[in-house]
Amino acid sequence: MSGLYMRALDMVTRVRGVRGAMVVARSDGLVVAEQLMEGIKGSTVAALTASLTGRLQRAMMAAGLGPSQFWHLQCESGAVLAVPAGEGLLVVAVTEPEVNVGLVRLELLRAAEAAG
Amino acid sequence: MTTVRAVETWIFDPLTSYVTEAQARLVLLMTPAGQVLAQAGFSRAVDVMSASALGAAIMASTAELARQLGQQPFSALNHQGQRHGIFLSGFATNRGPLIVLVVYELEVSSLGLVQLFLEQLVADLRAASPKAGATRKVLAADFERELNESLNTLFGR
Repeated sequence: MSGLYMRALDMVTRVRGVRGAMVVARSDGLVVAEQLMEGIKGSTVAALTASLTGRLQRAMMAAGLGPSQFWHLQCESGAVLAVPAGEGLLVVAVTEPEVNVGLVRLELLRAAEAAG
Repeated sequence: MTTVRAVETWIFDPLTSYVTEAQARLVLLMTPAGQVLAQAGFSRAVDVMSASALGAAIMASTAELARQLGQQPFSALNHQGQRHGIFLSGFATNRGPLIVLVVYELEVSSLGLVQLFLEQLVADLRAASPKAGATRKVLAADFERELNESLNTLFGR
């Protein structure tokens, strides 16, 4: 099972500009599998991303827009991108600022399909 | 907002910050003997007494289980239900070993958040706790009086 998630993360981390990717349990914000460059605090990113996406999901539902399909949080020095994978997981990527967001999104969705 | 009450003042700020950040519903900070040092979110003294006794007993049981397995004591325990989770963890401070019991709602918080901000809580408590020597043992004869005094402080009696 772990090999399945690692193969899914391989799809994401091979994109230029991706500094790491994780499979995260949505309900508890714990890391299921990770491939991260040094300096990225995986457990911190996982806990906060799961919490944030959970709230955004509720906001989207409350607004009558249906379940979220993709989250993109752009910061000065990079971005966090996430997609839901099945019922209980998220696939999260941490990227540099100049990354090809469209390509990362595509690979995240493929990874989510493989992992979910 | 959850109200924090502490028997010892150095606990107040770190615990208030933790309750806010982790969005915990109930928090209890106690010694391994079950002496309550602070609480957040409890409204009845009897609940604090039960929770502290049970929390300390669980930590003692698992420490003994670990000892029989030849392992170090477990650093944390999590019991997750359908709507709530209960998290227990022990850690050392200058004040001596302490136990924190956290009850969190799955709709509002998560095990990840509870664990994440616990690291900060432990660091803050270690930095704020009085140096060794200020610690005093609770004797069995004094336990009930200490407990009543603590509960009076915790519930503003």
